[in-house]
Amino acid sequence: MSQTPKKLDVAAARARLNGTRGREFWRNLEELAGTPEFQDLIEREFPRQAIGWGEDESPVEGRRNFLKLMGASLALGGLAACTRQPTEQIAPYTKQPEELIPGKPLFFASTMTLSGVGTGVLVESHEGRPTKIEGNPEHPASLGACDPYTQASVLGLYDPDRARVVSHQGEVRSWSYFYNFLAGLLEQQKPAGGAGIRILTETITSPTLAAQFEAVKKFYPAAKWHQWEPAGAHSARAGSQLAFGQPVNTYYNLENANVIVAIDSDFLSSGPGWLRYTRQFSAGRRVGAGRNTMNRLYVAEPMPTPTGSKADHRLPLRATDIEEFAWALAAGMGLASGPKNGDNHDVFKWIGGIAGDLGRNRGASVIIAGDQQPPVVHALVHAMNDHLGNIGKTVFYTDPIEVGSNDQVASLEDLVKDLDAGSVELLLILGGNPAFNGPVELGLRDRLAKARNRVHLSLYEDETSEICEWRLPEVHYLEGWGDARAFDGTVSLQQPLILPLYDGRSAAQLLQMLTDAPERSDYEIVKGYWAGVHKGADFEAWWRRSVHDGVMADSALPAKTFPIKFAGISEPAQKPKLHGTLEILFRPDPAIYDGRFANNAWLQELPKPITKLTWDNAAIMSQATAHQLGVEPSNMLNLGMDGVPLVELTYQGRSLRAPVFVQPGHVDGAVTLHLGYGRTKAGQVAKGMGFNPYGLRTAKALWHDVGMTAKKTDGLYLLANTQNDHVLDTDRHLVHQGGLAEYLKDPEAVHAGVETPPPGLTIYPGWDYKGYAWGMAIDLNACTGCSACVVACQAENNIAVVGKDQVRRGRAMHWIRVDSYYSGSANDPAVYNQPVPCQQCEDAPCELVCPVQATTHSSEGLNDMVYNRCVGTRYCSNNCPYKVRRFNFYLFSDYETPSLKLLRNPDVSVRSRGVMEKCTYCVQRINAAKIEAEEENRKVREGEIQTACQATCPAEAIVFGNLNDPASRVAKLKADKRNYSLLGDLNTRPRTTYLASLRNPNPDIEV
Amino acid sequence: MSQIFNRSSNALARISIFGVVFLIAFAGWAFDTLNRSGYMTRQGEVREQPVPFSHAHHVGALGIDCRYCHTTVETSGFANIPPIKTCMNCHSQIWKTSPTLEPVREAFRTGGTIRWTRVYDLPDFVYFNHSIHVNKGVGCETCHGRIDKMALTAQHPTLQMSWCLDCHRNPEKYVRPRESITTMGYEPAGNQGEIGTRLVAEYKIQDARTLTSCSTCHR
Repeated sequence: MSQTPKKLDVAAARARLNGTRGREFWRNLEELAGTPEFQDLIEREFPRQAIGWGEDESPVEGRRNFLKLMGASLALGGLAACTRQPTEQIAPYTKQPEELIPGKPLFFASTMTLSGVGTGVLVESHEGRPTKIEGNPEHPASLGACDPYTQASVLGLYDPDRARVVSHQGEVRSWSYFYNFLAGLLEQQKPAGGAGIRILTETITSPTLAAQFEAVKKFYPAAKWHQWEPAGAHSARAGSQLAFGQPVNTYYNLENANVIVAIDSDFLSSGPGWLRYTRQFSAGRRVGAGRNTMNRLYVAEPMPTPTGSKADHRLPLRATDIEEFAWALAAGMGLASGPKNGDNHDVFKWIGGIAGDLGRNRGASVIIAGDQQPPVVHALVHAMNDHLGNIGKTVFYTDPIEVGSNDQVASLEDLVKDLDAGSVELLLILGGNPAFNGPVELGLRDRLAKARNRVHLSLYEDETSEICEWRLPEVHYLEGWGDARAFDGTVSLQQPLILPLYDGRSAAQLLQMLTDAPERSDYEIVKGYWAGVHKGADFEAWWRRSVHDGVMADSALPAKTFPIKFAGISEPAQKPKLHGTLEILFRPDPAIYDGRFANNAWLQELPKPITKLTWDNAAIMSQATAHQLGVEPSNMLNLGMDGVPLVELTYQGRSLRAPVFVQPGHVDGAVTLHLGYGRTKAGQVAKGMGFNPYGLRTAKALWHDVGMTAKKTDGLYLLANTQNDHVLDTDRHLVHQGGLAEYLKDPEAVHAGVETPPPGLTIYPGWDYKGYAWGMAIDLNACTGCSACVVACQAENNIAVVGKDQVRRGRAMHWIRVDSYYSGSANDPAVYNQPVPCQQCEDAPCELVCPVQATTHSSEGLNDMVYNRCVGTRYCSNNCPYKVRRFNFYLFSDYETPSLKLLRNPDVSVRSRGVMEKCTYCVQRINAAKIEAEEENRKVREGEIQTACQATCPAEAIVFGNLNDPASRVAKLKADKRNYSLLGDLNTRPRTTYLASLRNPNPDIEV
Repeated sequence: MSQIFNRSSNALARISIFGVVFLIAFAGWAFDTLNRSGYMTRQGEVREQPVPFSHAHHVGALGIDCRYCHTTVETSGFANIPPIKTCMNCHSQIWKTSPTLEPVREAFRTGGTIRWTRVYDLPDFVYFNHSIHVNKGVGCETCHGRIDKMALTAQHPTLQMSWCLDCHRNPEKYVRPRESITTMGYEPAGNQGEIGTRLVAEYKIQDARTLTSCSTCHR
């Protein structure tokens, strides 16, 4: 291992880092600073593990030993080829379900909820096993796309760590035992009207649950219902209260929005409806085929997000400065008497340009405030959208979608008061993990334990279950009936795909216990509710249609207008000053959200958008802030082997040790902490991962505050970051990009400096692709880097999880990776995302070097990978210029855990140890469609085959199809002027090509 | 100093040098023969089943069509092992007290199943699809042999890759008209080469290059 730290000229590196204009593109700070280690990363395939030949580099394996091992493994490999097929069994149905054709999947509509808000999904089911989630094209929040959480939720269903049994003080009990206990307790509560009953849930939008709460109220009028959603839209709710005097739900239509201003809002990768917004946003940026205009996006944010990476103008601002920015913008359009200048010039520098742009696009612009911004910013944004005439055009208001919309913090404080008073007899916690994720000063962990009887219904035995003597297993959303509202109020039904694996019950079933008809199934409850609500005699037909479609027709809440009450938002408050401290920022984690997905290995191993961190969170800060804390460039510019320094963060007297992660583009003087890590009681996957920012999070400052101090402490921490894996040489024009105006003048400008070999320059005999010629085009102008494709690919192709240690060695198995490139200075770079699957080269370098022909070319241009032939020489991977091949260094696939066997896609081989694998263009989908077409004596139709990554992409950035069909979308995209091949100068003639990214900067703004 | 080796050792050296060549060749031959043997491929091996189901009786004697039980053979990759209900369609009326059929009745009563032993068991990395073969004129008999004469079912071909490729390279040698898919003892009405070539064109069977692309069967 050549990991002896090489000499780094610290001063020179710092100078390079601080240079406003470095090299054109760079991938990480190491590269920008020009460290020798980085060159190693480019040149070597597995720089952090390959065995060298030198004396000092070979721990055990000398050349002789190596040859011995190779000989032995060759012999074993040969022998292993002649295994006798073992005797296997096959069991038919007793009575085969009518609609089921064994061997063919069925798709059912259902609904996944996150923070209570529903997104429609279609679930693929193989003989009763849900294996893959797709978006529901009929559902307004999905439009056929899926987010990473939803894609990974099917792994959550089969998670072997899920809560399996009803238990009371650690003793396994039956549901009827619990029901008897509850009935007895309720009997005692009856006379007092249920004054001792408290129900604590997460945010709920389900109309059925709403009706149940009403029913419960009838029987127990004194019972109280509290909600706590750690990453909920608390400020947005309070903001609408401020602006309109009542809680209001806001949603957007970006189809006709020419100018979009995101005020600390990551609307392209988080929040209700983001899939739809991304679809609309990307459609508004599609240039070509007669379209010459693009929308323009301004983003002001502290921590770089996918939204920020798409910005035409991105302004890194501390969260506390963003309120000032909102005031200044309002003042800029003559709406408020806000400040015109302040201590931070950055806040004001673009106001004139943005306000002018907005003014020119009245009714065709939108300002979006992030959920993490304080209520006043939301109120200001409402006023500004109103002022710009955007209401009813790009901005829509409805009544709240959540049930019992109230101030959740106040509600929790109320509960705490009752707990302290000892007046809580029965505490029913339905879902959620408040003991872990509640505001720290409320001390819910100890407080909740004060309730006399505590019941926790949850998917996992977690920190909250620990303090509850009754632990009840909850059904996964793929196991039970339910309903939920989407971002616009549209109701969709949650339809189960499989019977509960672990005898779970739903929250609805538990609530039903508190009514006069306690024993009802979740199906009866949900259907019963809608039978009562539905008007008209055709209920049965309507119900069947709603279940089938997954969406209730015309159930969206009607758009309303609410008059703005300016009284609440007349004067800017005094801006909190840093006074030498740092700003602390809490954000839901891009991969595990508020911690609820912490035990989902797909999400843990998903390289988070922008940071590319896996398995951990970190104290994310700018390099200037890190330097201020005494973190040396040698530590900052870390290639991952030695670890990064830990800092002790102290806020309001509480402190936390966390590893430093330097993120280019992060605002100075602030530290971002992603929530959800540091679980103490969780499954095998979540345990011991990261650190817990909830330990610093107070009700007063749910999202950000000033006044945090940080101190570097001893010790180093190992982070697993994939930004340094599979590195390509950024000097070689990997990302083609340019400005819209320049592009329209000269389309070739985006490809400037690129050397393209003349067509036909090859020593290999040509091959005429007569039938299909599969190809893919990836539009970098559309891609936001949300990484949904990565999880979709993992689910579709049975890709194994390798764990943090193996990720650190560059062995993560994802077939598609999303590369992030920076250009400009380290402080405020532009970010470009580039998804890289196998490029399916026509002249593929990998094929030539395989000694056993395990990777060969198909007649349709696919670069086939034959696992059963592969002997693991890894020559192919060594020879791949795109670094897209993945090797099973160990037996990464879980062959043992019974529940995970149900998860596998039966159409894709599960790879064993010692085998190379890579993207196949979802060849199983190609073959399924081809077989269907051939049986019907026709060609495969355009759009019939969607690769997993394409199907899930909210931006429609990935297009797959037949290049031999000139009418296909992919063929048209390849004819676009923006089309280019990655490393095209190598003449590998890749079938996957990219469309250059365009920016549409405002000419009035000087950058 | 006397020589260590006697002159006779030369012969020994010659024998061992050439002997090694023969030994290696023999080992190679033995390995290959073993690999192609019925022991390895399990060709012709009758598997023991929980119920001694006879295709000879049901297909040969009673003339039940293959698709009565293997319902999805034309529509799905999997030909379907008939559900217990299919057995009971007849066996609730005939042989209803036969002790041999007790596992079937028990499965039907209890909602259980019968764990048959797979006869045709391809490795997990091979994705065979029944429907496309049947639709392109590959008869049941071509792979399953004279199933109408098998009292107990055995694997007819070797199921080795070379056997698959033989047809994927030259489908005209094997295809038959779709109407005769389930025919047992099919005889081409003329020259198979001519008929086959005509059918390959008529059924638009893909060219050998496509049919022998790795991803046609391995995914």
